[in-house]
Amino acid sequence: MENILSFIPLDITLIAQNFDRFLYGVWVTLNLTFLALLIGGLLAIPMAIARASRHAVLNPIIWGYTYVFRGTPLLVQTYLIYYGLGQFDVIRQSWLWEPVLSSAWWCALIAFTLNTAAYSTELLRGAIVDTSKGEVEAAIATGHSYRSRMRRIVLPSAFRRAIPAYSNEVIFMLHGSVVASTITLQDILGVGRWLNGRYYLAYEGFITAALLYFLIVLCITWAFRWLERRYLRHLARRETPAAARMDPEPTR
Amino acid sequence: MDLILEYRSQLWAGTVMTIQLAMASLVIAVAFGLLGAWAKLSASHIARRLAHVYTTIVRGIPDLVLIMLVFYGGQVTLNAMGAATGLWGYVEVSQFVAGAGTIGVIFGAYFTETFRGAIMAIPRGQIEAGISCGMPRSLIFRHIIWPQMVRYALPGFTNNWLVQLKTTALVSVIGLQDLVYNAFTAGRSTGQLFTFMAAAFVIYLALTGLSDIALRALDRRYSRGVVRA
Repeated sequence: MENILSFIPLDITLIAQNFDRFLYGVWVTLNLTFLALLIGGLLAIPMAIARASRHAVLNPIIWGYTYVFRGTPLLVQTYLIYYGLGQFDVIRQSWLWEPVLSSAWWCALIAFTLNTAAYSTELLRGAIVDTSKGEVEAAIATGHSYRSRMRRIVLPSAFRRAIPAYSNEVIFMLHGSVVASTITLQDILGVGRWLNGRYYLAYEGFITAALLYFLIVLCITWAFRWLERRYLRHLARRETPAAARMDPEPTR
Repeated sequence: MDLILEYRSQLWAGTVMTIQLAMASLVIAVAFGLLGAWAKLSASHIARRLAHVYTTIVRGIPDLVLIMLVFYGGQVTLNAMGAATGLWGYVEVSQFVAGAGTIGVIFGAYFTETFRGAIMAIPRGQIEAGISCGMPRSLIFRHIIWPQMVRYALPGFTNNWLVQLKTTALVSVIGLQDLVYNAFTAGRSTGQLFTFMAAAFVIYLALTGLSDIALRALDRRYSRGVVRA
């Protein structure tokens, strides 16, 4: 065993010793990413509907919000919230400061949520707008009101058609969550950086982090493949697009 | 506002650095993208396999992890290699080289997909016609594939570029004095972090907005003579 390990130019025992730290990092990363996706996704649904229906007041406001958040780096958004808000005495003295806005975890969650909500809104808006006219006309013909055809026809179909693009958004959010390590949080990369800073060993920390992220992306990809097989069967053509989707195509 | 004017040279220097970094990594990304698209469409099984591994790895690992791996790890490896071979002495990997190189290679994977799709959109018959006329491969690429590929690839290119421009902000974390870094240090020394981060925010917004407008104009230019459905 010792002979085999000596071929790998990594200090495996050091990684093993600190593996519980890495596991905690995995928890922090997953926790932040999926909470942001959940809250951001829930926020995106009404905003996408308002955008798609071209609501006179809400549509331009929401468009402005998504444009601004899609046009700037997540890192800057996070800094603005975590480092920036402390500039104002009003905020420092408010009841929100102590429990929420002075905490790196909450600031990361707020920034990530606002970011993913902006992208998800546009993504879902696209899917709603792309609903085939025939389906909508059929719903109108059978006497569905706007609300009921949105709820029964348009949204279920739009959610399904948004799955492939949304899988990209989930992976991008996971990639983006490394920003948490820049505001002192010990996510997966945070642990890697800690290891690098403490032992001056770059590969041990960063390769372990890279492998852990890779594993998570693999799981996400599998999960979405399963979802697509289950919910997009009716749209499957002769060729299966699933294999092609493993390859990156940023939609952000 | 007065403070921002006072620090305008610092913000300007950061903006220039961000643009330089984005441009340098774009050149690398396009080169890798063309190479990757060629490999994915090639008849060679090994080339296709390698290209697939490349795009899969890039999709699986966050940008900042790779940047740090290259920046901190690359230095160790280069110096170990230098010491072992005696070919070079102590070297330092600069933040700019590590950042531009890594982001270039990462986005090369995304450009691979963009270019592959664009090449596949060109009717196969046109390339076959070129072959049957006895055109060499380089001529087919220059006269048939390239002009049409640009048009098909532009929407994807625009999207990739906008993501890439925003990704360069991460290089500030390893200490490159780009827009984020300079805005942060100015904000810290004046105690006005919100003001300066907001300034950086607005500058990024202007950069992405302007790129979007410019690339849309280019798209219209290359799509002249194409009737949209």
